[in-house]
Amino acid sequence: MEREVLFRIRRFDGEKEYWQDFRFTARKGMTVLEGLYFIKESLDGSLAFRASCRMGVCGSCAVKVNGKPRLACETQIFDVGDVLEIEPLDNMPVLKDLVVDMDGFFRKHEAVKPYLIRKDDDYKNPKELLQTPKELHAYYDFSLCIKCGACYSACPASATRSDYLGPAAITAAYRFCMDSRDEGKEERLGLVSGSDGVWRCHFNAECSEVCPKSVEPAKAMQKMRLMSAIHMIKSIFR
Amino acid sequence: MSMEVIKHDIVIIGAGLAGLRAAIAAAEKSREVSIALISKTYPIRCHSVCAEGGTAAVLREDEGDSFDLHAWDTIKGADFLADQDAVEFFVREIPKEILRLDNWGCPWSRREDGRIAQRAFGGQSFNRTVFAADRTGFHEVHTLYERSLMYPNIVRYDEYFVTNLFIEDNAVKGVSAIQLKTGDLVFFNAKAVILATGGAGRLYGFTTYSHQVTGDGLAIAYRAGVPLKDMEFVQFHPTGLIPSGILMTEACRGEGGYLRNRDGERFMARYAPERMELAPRDVVARAMWTEIIEGRGFEGPYGPYIALDLTHLGEEKIEERLPLIRDAARKFAGIDPVEEPIPVKPVAHYTMGGVHTNMWTETPVRGLYAAGEVAAVSIHGANRLGSNSTAECLVFGRVAGEKAVEYVTGKSFAEITKEEMLAEEKRLFDEILGKSGDENPYEIKKELNETMDKHFWIFKTGEEMKEGVKKIQELKRKYENIEIVDKKKGFNTDLMQAMEIGFMLDLAEVVAVGAYTRTESRGAHYRLDYPKRDDENWLKHTLAYYTPEGPKLDYIPVTITRWQPVERKY
Repeated sequence: MEREVLFRIRRFDGEKEYWQDFRFTARKGMTVLEGLYFIKESLDGSLAFRASCRMGVCGSCAVKVNGKPRLACETQIFDVGDVLEIEPLDNMPVLKDLVVDMDGFFRKHEAVKPYLIRKDDDYKNPKELLQTPKELHAYYDFSLCIKCGACYSACPASATRSDYLGPAAITAAYRFCMDSRDEGKEERLGLVSGSDGVWRCHFNAECSEVCPKSVEPAKAMQKMRLMSAIHMIKSIFR
Repeated sequence: MSMEVIKHDIVIIGAGLAGLRAAIAAAEKSREVSIALISKTYPIRCHSVCAEGGTAAVLREDEGDSFDLHAWDTIKGADFLADQDAVEFFVREIPKEILRLDNWGCPWSRREDGRIAQRAFGGQSFNRTVFAADRTGFHEVHTLYERSLMYPNIVRYDEYFVTNLFIEDNAVKGVSAIQLKTGDLVFFNAKAVILATGGAGRLYGFTTYSHQVTGDGLAIAYRAGVPLKDMEFVQFHPTGLIPSGILMTEACRGEGGYLRNRDGERFMARYAPERMELAPRDVVARAMWTEIIEGRGFEGPYGPYIALDLTHLGEEKIEERLPLIRDAARKFAGIDPVEEPIPVKPVAHYTMGGVHTNMWTETPVRGLYAAGEVAAVSIHGANRLGSNSTAECLVFGRVAGEKAVEYVTGKSFAEITKEEMLAEEKRLFDEILGKSGDENPYEIKKELNETMDKHFWIFKTGEEMKEGVKKIQELKRKYENIEIVDKKKGFNTDLMQAMEIGFMLDLAEVVAVGAYTRTESRGAHYRLDYPKRDDENWLKHTLAYYTPEGPKLDYIPVTITRWQPVERKY
């Protein structure tokens, strides 16, 4: 099955912003990403977008499709309709067309110490640590974040405060705090309890709604708030 | 045009599994050396995240596994073209890497008692594949990336596209790169360079590879005079999802999945009665293609296919062990594997060949190392076993990082000269970007993909390959007349992709000429006109050297230690 579709793309060439229409024949099963590649390879080579794995794992291709952040590779054109408005993600500076600057987003992720912290860390002589399937499941779903930026784009708190760590970074902090092998919880809670941390969240839960991996950042946020409150009370009496 | 020179002791190109592991190894060995980690995407966007099934490691000698068994499986799987000293080293090193990843937070799948779980894989005679559901590469990359954030002497350069390698007196001295964000040309002056850019990738149209895998490191090294080894050995993975080519992991069969033809028959019984669906990939891919050629495939809207049947595994097992497969099959083929079989066919998946290195990841150029898929150490020979590639990245990434630190200690920098910088600037911006022509580079890529899919697929003949070589050379000439539409500087993906297509054309020629010249069948290289392995004449590695007229071939012996070649049966 084939039919004509319209891609309306919000473009930016480094100086001016404009909308450009592209009409082409799409076939059943064709994804938004395949549509973008078709435009680049056959209609306008200057169109810029990010993409790599085309299977929803690498997190490169998040864009807004009819207002909602989604992975272009996982979105079928016909599931959206005949007219698709495609824009870059929000809350990050646009570099060109659909490409936004994610350096700041990654720096926020780095800021929460998103790695396992252990006192007995021994590079030369690693040992098998035990972790039961139950302990694994306590954090596993939160380890599935692909850092695509969809949640960050949809987050109203990130829109109003550029220093807010945002849902992805706080979810990463939660993922490690819940890992039975980790000993860095207090350190990490100190990092997310400040004015740029968990208390900034407006609880709109749009992050969870748009997450293509069903990671539920809003749930992580709620849990982190609770842990953070306990951490703050403890630190008063310390 | 501003030309910046950035100095680092060690420059690593590529931030997938091998590059990240090399960076951590270098930083662990010395907190004093400065390490640049350059990648054309953000590190976690690398292709290693697409690895699904797992990583092979001998963890349970008490339960019957052994290093010798893993080595033998690997060597037999390689159809005896692997260097056995490298394999013996490799199998002994990988268990420690699994434990390191555990200590760094990798969410390995577990047994009930909390120990690391292992599953069955093709050609492995023990259940030794460690896994994190069916997202192993994803979790390994994220774990290494997160760990790498702890080291202040690893400096990342995300979204820098490397364009060239600088060598003087057979020693490396740096690389040039375009910072995508600004479009500026930047020079990295280094004492050592580690290539970790992955395989030849998207030469083929029907492929599991990510869009960004375009063989940049292979082509840059080749053009700079470094030989490529065994490039004619391209792996076809048995189960690529139709129509996208997305990988349906071998773990589907490792967990008990069947392959069926249109008669419902588990046809592998006729090709590999002992190992059935878990024979090595070359054997299974050939069996599937034979079924298709002989008319026993299913007919679908995208051509013939084979059924990958998981329906008997049950929803619970599929959800626990193969959740990504279920999700991908639903999203990209509209099929729930719990309910019905998945339509698949063999798909271009892996480059056994690569930059010629010894078992210490050293290339013939001093200070230049290669690790991971970009390299041919060689442990995979003519056919890689499933779950040995992520393992290779971890082991040899580490070796490269450590060797590079040893090498740079006490060394001084050799400058990249003004002339070299100006020449690179002129080449990129005047000769490539500034050129006007009437060929669309993407059309050339499409034709290249069609040529490779047709002339260098699972069953090859001399005549077809000869035609294919001619076609590739024709495309190379066409490429000289391309025009890049986007003339602006910032984030010019048009320029980047046009250059990638240039890289791929060179690599295709190496693959093609190597395959045409090798008049035998071995591992993944199968010729209908020479269907037998020929140890007398071809138990040797191919080396391809760049010349402006095309690759010049040479051959070197395979290292045999304890295992003499025998007939390969499964």
